[in-house]
Amino acid sequence: MAGELLLEVENLAVSFRSRGAVADAVSDVSFRLHQGETLAMVGESGSGKSVTSLALMRLLPDAPQCQVRGSVKLRDKTGSGMLDVLALPEPQMQAVRGNNIAMVFQEPMTSLNPVKTIGAQITETIRLHRPMLARAAEDEAVRLLDLVGIPAPRQRLTAYPHQLSGGMRQRAMIAMALSCEPSVLIADEPTTALDVTIQAQILDLLKRLQEQTGMAVIFITHNLGVVAEIADRVMVMYSGRVVEQADVVPLFQQPLMPYTRGLLRSVPRLDLAGRRAGALYAIPGNVPDPRRPPPGCAFHPRCDSFADGRCNVEAPRLDSTADGRQVRCLRWPEFVA
Amino acid sequence: MAPYLIRRFGQAVLLLLVVSMIGFAILHLAPGGPMAQYAIGSNMSQEDLDRIAQQLGLDRPLPVQYAEWLWRMLGGDWGTSFRDGQPVLHVIGSHLGATLQLMLTATLLAIFLGCWIGILGAIRRYSVFDYLATIGAMVALSIPTFWFGLVTIFVFSVELGWLPAGNRETVGDGSLLDMLHHLIAPAMVLALVETAIWSRFMRSSMLDVVNQDYIRTARAKGLPRFKVLTRHALRNALLPMITVAGLQMPTLLGGALVTETVFTWPGMGRLFLDSISYRDYPVVMGILMFSAAMVLIGNLLADMLYAVADPRIRLG
Repeated sequence: MAGELLLEVENLAVSFRSRGAVADAVSDVSFRLHQGETLAMVGESGSGKSVTSLALMRLLPDAPQCQVRGSVKLRDKTGSGMLDVLALPEPQMQAVRGNNIAMVFQEPMTSLNPVKTIGAQITETIRLHRPMLARAAEDEAVRLLDLVGIPAPRQRLTAYPHQLSGGMRQRAMIAMALSCEPSVLIADEPTTALDVTIQAQILDLLKRLQEQTGMAVIFITHNLGVVAEIADRVMVMYSGRVVEQADVVPLFQQPLMPYTRGLLRSVPRLDLAGRRAGALYAIPGNVPDPRRPPPGCAFHPRCDSFADGRCNVEAPRLDSTADGRQVRCLRWPEFVA
Repeated sequence: MAPYLIRRFGQAVLLLLVVSMIGFAILHLAPGGPMAQYAIGSNMSQEDLDRIAQQLGLDRPLPVQYAEWLWRMLGGDWGTSFRDGQPVLHVIGSHLGATLQLMLTATLLAIFLGCWIGILGAIRRYSVFDYLATIGAMVALSIPTFWFGLVTIFVFSVELGWLPAGNRETVGDGSLLDMLHHLIAPAMVLALVETAIWSRFMRSSMLDVVNQDYIRTARAKGLPRFKVLTRHALRNALLPMITVAGLQMPTLLGGALVTETVFTWPGMGRLFLDSISYRDYPVVMGILMFSAAMVLIGNLLADMLYAVADPRIRLG
């Protein structure tokens, strides 16, 4: 699985400042992504998944209130070196966006321009990064629409987004994102707004496309069922921090961080429906306000393994285990034992 | 499209009927009347007065008068002016050009300035420019048009002597340059409120659009910021402006009335005011119906244009 290193993120931190208060939306996020690999980024709303992905694309507001620190290195598609994404001047970054690294968004309803045809929106991306004649770009768009499984692709070119179903729109979005064969695709909850059968189709599509192109995928979701289906590696985020990182099978078999455990317990499971009576488990409480994070471990107020005098005092570091996992918890060695 | 147009046309006819009834009623509720000018200080006998009233059709009961007016109107006869016996359509026609010239100039000016101010205010939100534009728009909206007109005359005509204080042309000149010179002040005054309205609508529409997901998509494609604005944001932000344009007609007509009066502009607005003081019922009713039709046509055009500009809307 592990091919060429495509993306290397180190100590990525994003903070927003508003009226004196500083909110650390993301801090200390590090990961590597290789060719053909799928990394799932999991966490509740507000855990920093989307902000992380927008930071990778450099799409966060360009304002002094928004600070991005750390380092993001992306393999240059044309050259052989790594691009320092955070240091690139904006014009160069525009050549990278959509070309080296592309993104599929959550809401296919609102993520496409309502007054432009599907064809116009796809050919725009193609011609932006791959100079070619309008006719050739159209043929390319037809090929892409066909690739993502849209029937009668030639006719769909002149369709407006509202004339397509949600699933078809998301396919069109994927076609647009893939149009320049990016080496990294960020899919920000691409199936959340779709119903279950369509979800499965889109996941299959992404897997197939990944096998064909060898691109790496960062799959953002809060749906652990989807994670099990698609991911090689999982990064669990909580309150803007990575709290656990592991390959998908060990993570599902033995989650080390109580938060991951809680997430897994709150997945409805048909095979256990008869045996485990009662309501589905839910992690109590809410995600902390990033402007006023709790002392110690950010998860301690909601944790079922909370140790008074430790968890609410000492902030845990991201530890590496012997088998190459990462976990941010003071008590994880006790859970392994 | 056809059934929709027929329905809208039917609604428009009904509305015009209601407007005519209300207008007619208000007109006759106002004290005085066309006969007052003959009665005051004249040595006409009562028989003469009665004869004139009969000629003008004023001796009959009001409902009959209205029915008669309506019947003739339906036949295309707008009546004749009480003042000079000219056909109403001819009277309106001779004033229409001046009004359209003024309104069109002011509207184009307002759309151009208003849209730019709005767009810049939106993309440089909370900048000094945005604050100034916001305050400026509030001030412009709060200033009564007649007062701003008078101040304009005082400053630019009386004190500085740059612009003529009124009329459409210098008697005996009437060259294009002379007409444009006369047009500057009234167009500016009429455009002020319009510009303020346009800039506010444009700003909020643009802000609405730049926060949409598809703008983020466009940025994620690698489009430069400027192209995102021109290719993706602008078209979407301009859509609601079509409705604004359609709804501006009444404001524009009302503003033209005041502006034309202040600048003695020989247009329909001033004609309307003069005709009211003379109780020139046929001309007043004529202008009323004409303006109402213009408002309705403006709205209809806006709706139709919207359907053309926005693929999501298909009228049916």
